Amino acid sequence: MNRYPLWKNLLIGLVLLWGLIYTLPNFYGEVPAVQVSSGKATLKLDPGTVMKRVEESLGKAGLQHDGLFADLTSVRARFRDTDTQLKAKDAIEKAFNPDPTDPSYVVALNLLSASPQWLTSIHALPMYLGLDLRGGVHFLLQVDMKGAVTKRLDATAGDLRTLLRDKNVRHAGISREGQNVVVKFREAEAQSRARAVIMAANNDLQITEGQDGADFKLTAALSPLAQKSIQESALKQNITTLHNRINELGVAEPVIQQQGLDRIVVQLPGVQDVAKAKDILGRTATLEIRMVDDTPGALEAAVGGAIPAGTEVYNDRDGRPILVKKQVVLTGERLTDAQPGFDGQNHEPAVHLTLDSAGARIFKDVTRENINKRMAILLIEKGKGEVVTAPVIRSEIGGGRVQISGKMSSEEATDTALLLRAGSLAAPMEIIEERTIGPSLGAENISKGFHSTLWGFVAIAVFMCAYYMLFGLVSVLALASNLLLLVALLSLLQATLTLPGIAAIALTLGMAIDANVLINERIREELRNGATPQAAIHAGYDRAFDTILDSNVTTLIAGIALLVFGSGPVRGFAVVHCLGILTSMFSAILVSRGLVNLVYGKKRKLDKLAIGQVWKPGL
Amino acid sequence: MEFFRIRKDIPFMKHALVFNVISLITFLLAVFFLATKGLHFSVEFTGGTLMEVSYAEPPALEKIREAMAKEGYQDAQVQNFGSARDVLIRLPNREGMETGKVSDKVLASLSTLDGPKAELRRVEFVGPQVGKELASDGAMALLLVIGGIVLYLAMRFEWRFAVSAIIANLHDVIIILGFFALFQWEFSLPVLAATLAVLGYSVNESVVVFDRVRETFRKKRGLTTPQVLDHAITSTISRTIITHGSTQMMVLSMLLFGGETLYYFSLALTIGICFGIYSSVLVASPLVMWLGVSREQFMQVKKDKEEAVV
Repeated sequence: MNRYPLWKNLLIGLVLLWGLIYTLPNFYGEVPAVQVSSGKATLKLDPGTVMKRVEESLGKAGLQHDGLFADLTSVRARFRDTDTQLKAKDAIEKAFNPDPTDPSYVVALNLLSASPQWLTSIHALPMYLGLDLRGGVHFLLQVDMKGAVTKRLDATAGDLRTLLRDKNVRHAGISREGQNVVVKFREAEAQSRARAVIMAANNDLQITEGQDGADFKLTAALSPLAQKSIQESALKQNITTLHNRINELGVAEPVIQQQGLDRIVVQLPGVQDVAKAKDILGRTATLEIRMVDDTPGALEAAVGGAIPAGTEVYNDRDGRPILVKKQVVLTGERLTDAQPGFDGQNHEPAVHLTLDSAGARIFKDVTRENINKRMAILLIEKGKGEVVTAPVIRSEIGGGRVQISGKMSSEEATDTALLLRAGSLAAPMEIIEERTIGPSLGAENISKGFHSTLWGFVAIAVFMCAYYMLFGLVSVLALASNLLLLVALLSLLQATLTLPGIAAIALTLGMAIDANVLINERIREELRNGATPQAAIHAGYDRAFDTILDSNVTTLIAGIALLVFGSGPVRGFAVVHCLGILTSMFSAILVSRGLVNLVYGKKRKLDKLAIGQVWKPGL
Repeated sequence: MEFFRIRKDIPFMKHALVFNVISLITFLLAVFFLATKGLHFSVEFTGGTLMEVSYAEPPALEKIREAMAKEGYQDAQVQNFGSARDVLIRLPNREGMETGKVSDKVLASLSTLDGPKAELRRVEFVGPQVGKELASDGAMALLLVIGGIVLYLAMRFEWRFAVSAIIANLHDVIIILGFFALFQWEFSLPVLAATLAVLGYSVNESVVVFDRVRETFRKKRGLTTPQVLDHAITSTISRTIITHGSTQMMVLSMLLFGGETLYYFSLALTIGICFGIYSSVLVASPLVMWLGVSREQFMQVKKDKEEAVV
């Protein structure tokens, strides 16, 4: 009766084997590597050619790599030691970024798992270490959503002004007041006409009528739906912008994620220069609109070295020089949005820009005065400018809605829109949390966490074996398999392991032994009450099961609450704690029973169990 | 080896009142300290900047303080952390200060001091808006734990068990907090996690006892309720002590080897485990008794079970 059917033994064996395989990568440690990824939003990385180029440049420098790996966004080369790694980085940097002031690729030092290829190919990777274990910087940025909405409302006020003038509705002033746009009128008739016109033109607005002394007014507020979409796109744009800026730092595995509705987490492993990181994150608009100097002969002279006064030479994206005036017409701060789309008339791909009201006014004046001249949109990246596009002004453009079209593919339109957006932040951001952990502290934390788990485990193991003899040994093996499965699960899920996470591993092990103590105590009790050894094993496991289930569920409830409401270190703790409770159920019940069955299950005549001394009252 | 050689059930319930009075006094003391001294919250809750720097040789703290004052941070706390070579600097948030830049400024002014060079070990900056949220999230987590556990126990057992288990264990939480208030230990996020983990853990202690109570009610007739409780506690006490001992060994290991970060975490666990045993056994059981648990409440269940077996 104490025998598991074959399938159950097989299942346990397979699960343990699985655990072993996925735990394995953690033992190999890490080797130095160099990672190449794209440094510009417009540059798409082609892994095949990049790999070939990396190989070539290493060959030229006489360096040997330990394996090349590629995924969609990066190519990585492993090296035997850090010395080769550093040399290789220089060689690759030279080959990929011939102009160090304008790098197209990010070449960064990284660490890769040293586990063999077959493990990597089945996605058996080492656990993902949190910043407190590997060192680096963590920022939490708060996006000012009110700012994004205000920006949009400013633009809306300008739109309404143009709209009412176009439709010949007389108003007595349009202004933004807080989160509303207020339009005043002298007569009630104008008010109702304006209402109809606005409703027909713009469905993002909710309009209420009112009276202000003798004046009539309309108060327009953004509908909740419109507000939501503004906030969503603001967040997305800020994340894109941050990505572009962080590329500059040459971080191997930056994490840039949305957290909640209005926050962005930025984690830069290995980065120690916090001041530079902050500087780059907090950089302001880098988009500029300037006029092109198309005076005949001026460009040729400028390329020749005689730059006319008040102008500068910039290259466009194809490398052609363009002479641009130094005076800045508009900066990226005035640009509220840039979206790819199509021209309304000829259906050619186009980029639609939206300017805020101040920007719209300037733009209108400039375009009126410069019809048939070219204007350049410059993206100033890393202190170096590049002309994104230089269209010809066909007519006066009012209202703040600008379309750039002509001779571009829809892909180019998408890229241009992205570049234009990337230059600016959709809404201001503020750092509300910062954590920097030096690399030495990270290494110390790992060893502290490891040692506390190790010695705690050893203490429990010694005690269990001494107190419960063979059953103690079985319990310890079950506990070890629990640890194995937990580490395997964490590696598989690539959940971030932090110091509180290691503490949770230790604590979970300390709590998981409870199940085995319950079982062993039950078996002793059955023996004390005169049951035969086989019956005692059976009854012991059987009766203990209910209790183990109940107690684990209550612990799990606490774990889940922490998971739901915890943030940062608490969440790291909670994830491990919850997973650990699940694996402990498996190992404490199935694995330990399987072992006991293997030892005792086949013995017909069994007089004694090696479970330590069973004291019976009255003897 | 067998530690527990108990011939007869120990009459715990005879002293039920004493246990509860002791527990009530501890509880009131904890509340008193919480009210008078308050918790010493970490930077995560209060907001502010915390920097840990390390020197090759012990630096003069006085000089660092002067440098801080020169930068305009008169309210900076400068103290040793762990060893004489490690220094911890705390700066509260102030209105109108560009909070994100504080750590850079401090580091710059530290590097102007003569003597050994400072190595930055850790910076934690928390803006004022984060702290409040953490506190409310913590409270929500606590409510969810309480609600979840009461519901589960009420379903699996009986509402009397659920109520007494949660009362007994919530008072553990208050006692842990009381200790942190009394000694002004730093209450950080990991400590909060430990406190909630302890809540789940000690409830499971009560569950083990209650499981036995239910079983005894069904199996042994002719025992009074206090006798049933005595029997249940006596027959699980060996397991209770061994389990908690094992868990405590692990926690002790963290206390000894885990360094500063895990120190208060494991301290909270230690207090929680010790009081957890006491309250979940000696407080929860009398509460169940006083709430009027009796055999009849389990008979219905028994009938179902018999039918299922046949």
